[in-house]
Amino acid sequence: MTDYRQKYQMTPVIGWLLNDRGGMILLGILIAAAILVPMSNLLLPESSAFHVPTWMVSLLGKYLCYALLALSVDLIWGFCGILSLGHGAFFALGGYAMGMYLMRQIGDRGVYGDPVLPDFMVFLNWQELPWYWYGFDMFWFAIVMAMFVPGLLAFVFGFLAFRSRVTGVYLSIITQAMTYALLLAFFRNDMGFGGNNGLTDFKDLLGYSLQSDGTRAGLFVASCVFLGICYVVARGITQSRLGKVLIAIRDAESRVRFTGYRVEYYKLFVFTVSAVMAGIAGALYVPQVGIINPGEFAPALSIEIVIWVAVGGRGTLYGAVLGAFIVNYAKTFFTGAMPDFWLFFLGGLFIAVTLFLPKGVIGAIPAFGSPDRQSIITAWRKRRANEGGKA
Amino acid sequence: MSEAAIQVNASDEEQVKSARSETILYVDGVSVTFDGFRALNNLSFYVEPGELRAIIGPNGAGKTTMMDIITGKTRPDTGDVLFKSEIDLTKLDEAEIANLGIGRKFQKPTVFESHTVFDNLLLACSGGRGVFQALFHRLSAAEKIKIEKTLVTIMLEDKRDEMAANLSHGQKQWLEIGMLLMQEPELLLVDEPVAGMTDSETEETAKLLRSISKEYSVVVVEHDMEFVRDLDCKVTVLHEGSVLAEGRLDHVQKDPRVIEVYLGR
Repeated sequence: MTDYRQKYQMTPVIGWLLNDRGGMILLGILIAAAILVPMSNLLLPESSAFHVPTWMVSLLGKYLCYALLALSVDLIWGFCGILSLGHGAFFALGGYAMGMYLMRQIGDRGVYGDPVLPDFMVFLNWQELPWYWYGFDMFWFAIVMAMFVPGLLAFVFGFLAFRSRVTGVYLSIITQAMTYALLLAFFRNDMGFGGNNGLTDFKDLLGYSLQSDGTRAGLFVASCVFLGICYVVARGITQSRLGKVLIAIRDAESRVRFTGYRVEYYKLFVFTVSAVMAGIAGALYVPQVGIINPGEFAPALSIEIVIWVAVGGRGTLYGAVLGAFIVNYAKTFFTGAMPDFWLFFLGGLFIAVTLFLPKGVIGAIPAFGSPDRQSIITAWRKRRANEGGKA
Repeated sequence: MSEAAIQVNASDEEQVKSARSETILYVDGVSVTFDGFRALNNLSFYVEPGELRAIIGPNGAGKTTMMDIITGKTRPDTGDVLFKSEIDLTKLDEAEIANLGIGRKFQKPTVFESHTVFDNLLLACSGGRGVFQALFHRLSAAEKIKIEKTLVTIMLEDKRDEMAANLSHGQKQWLEIGMLLMQEPELLLVDEPVAGMTDSETEETAKLLRSISKEYSVVVVEHDMEFVRDLDCKVTVLHEGSVLAEGRLDHVQKDPRVIEVYLGR
C-alpha cells in the first residue's frame, strides 16, 4: 500500500483519510446511502423491487444516530481508556434540546390549544413558560443548546472527576450515577420537561411536517452527513499528536504525567468533544422517533452502547459504527420475533465477543484489524522479511 | 525592626543561598510516614550540576519513595526539596516538575507500547504540552533531527518504526532513557535501569549513562554492585530512610556500618 502520508505532505488531512481503508469504505457507504436511499424512497413507485419504504428510512436513520453515539463512546474508550457508562445522558440531553424546539413548533395545534405553553404545562396549570424554555422556538438556538448543554455537563463533570484522578471502574460507576441522577430528575413533573411522558406529539420541523416522506428522507440525509463529519473530526483528533497522547494515556497514564503532559486536560478535551457528538446524535434521533422521555437516561441503555462498541471493535471508530448497526439490527429482529430472548441474546453476545473476539467483529477481518494490531502485524512481517534476507 | 536588623537578616539569607547555590538538587531533612511506617527519616543529600550519582541500599531503604518525593508523586511531611537551589519541588505536581527539567525513569520499563519507537520519542520531545498545541502539531525538521540523534544514542536506530511492545526488555529500558533525553532535562532520575538485563546490555547501559552524564546531572538508583562499579561515581548508601554513608564505592564498601547492613540482611 502506498503511504499517502508521505505523498501528501502538504495536506495531511487528505493523507490520513486516504490511509484509512475502513474509514474510506464507511464514508463511501454514507455518501451512497445519502443519495440512493432518499431517491429510491421518493422517486421509485412502491411496487418497484428497489423501493425503500418510509419506515425503513426512519429505522436506518435511527441506526445512524446510534452509530454516531457509538462513535463518540469509542473516541474516549477506545483511544483514551475512559469507559463512560453514562453516555446515554449526553445523548438524551441533546434529544431534549431538540424535543423542546419541536414542542414549541406545535404552537396552538396542541390538545389545549395554548399558543405558547406545551400541553403538559397547561395540564399542570402552569401560567407561563419557565425561563429555560425561552429561545427554544428558534431552531438555531435549539441546535446550539443540543451541543452546548451536553458539552457543558461533560466539561464540569470531567473537570471534577479527572482533576481528582478518578479512573477505571470508579469513573464508570460515577458516570452511571450521573445518568441515573438525571433520570430521576427528568421524571419529576416540576422539572418542566414533561415528567414521565417526556416530550412527544411533535408536528413539524422548520415548517416541514414530520410525517411526510420528504422530511424523513431529509433527516436521514442529515444523519448520514453528521455521522460522516463526526467521523472525520474524530479521525483527525486520533491522528494528531493529541491523539497519540490519548493512546499513551490509555496505555501508561503515569508515564505521560512524568513526561510533562497535563493528563486531566487531555481527558477533559476528548470527553467534552465526545459528549457534544452524543448530543448531536440525540438531536437527530428525536425527530426521527417522535418522542423523548426520561427512559433514555436509563443506566442500562448506556451500558448497551458500550456493548455496541465492543462488538464492533474498539479503537477503530468505524468498528463502533459497524457494531451499532449489528447489535441494533439484531435488537429490531429479536424484539419483534422473540421478545423474551433479546436480553439473553445481548448478554450472550457480549460474553462471546469478550471471549472469542476481543478486538470485535472488525478485528476478526484480517484486512482491517485495529490500527494497533495492523501495525504490529506489518512490523512483524517486515522483521521476518529482513531475517529471511539475512539468512 | 530597625533598618540594620533587616540588613543582617538579608545577609543571613544570602549566606544560606550561597551554601545551596552550587546544587542542582538539594534534599534537606525530608521525612515521610505511610500509615505509621517511616519511609524516609530526616533524609538529606545534594547533587551538584553535571554529577553522576548512584544511590544504593537494601530493599525498603526508601529509594523509590525518595524518587516519588522529588518528582511530586508523594508530598513529604517535613523537609525541603529544592531544584537548582531555588525552586521548591514540594509545592509542584508531576507535570510541572517534568516541565522544569526533571526526567524520571521507572523501575519497571514504562513506554507507550502501542506506539512506534519514533512516536514514543516524539511524544517525549520537549516543547508545547498544551492540548490545542498538540491537536495542530506538525512534525518539524528540527524535531525530526533531534529524534534521529536520540535514536543513535540509545542504539535503536534500526528499530525506529517498530512498535514499542515488540522491543526486548533491555531495549525498552533504553527507549525510556531516550524519552527522558528528548525532554531535555537538567536532572535525570533513573530507577534500577539494569534490572532484568543481560550482562552485555548492562555494560552498554553503564556506558550510555556515563556518556549522558557528560551533559546532564544523573541520579541512578541501583541494586547491582557490579553495575555501580562500572558507573565509577560517587555513591550514597541509604538505610531505613536516611543516609548511612557517602563517598567513592571502595571507601563506602569498607564502612563497617554498610557491611553490617548488607551482610546482616
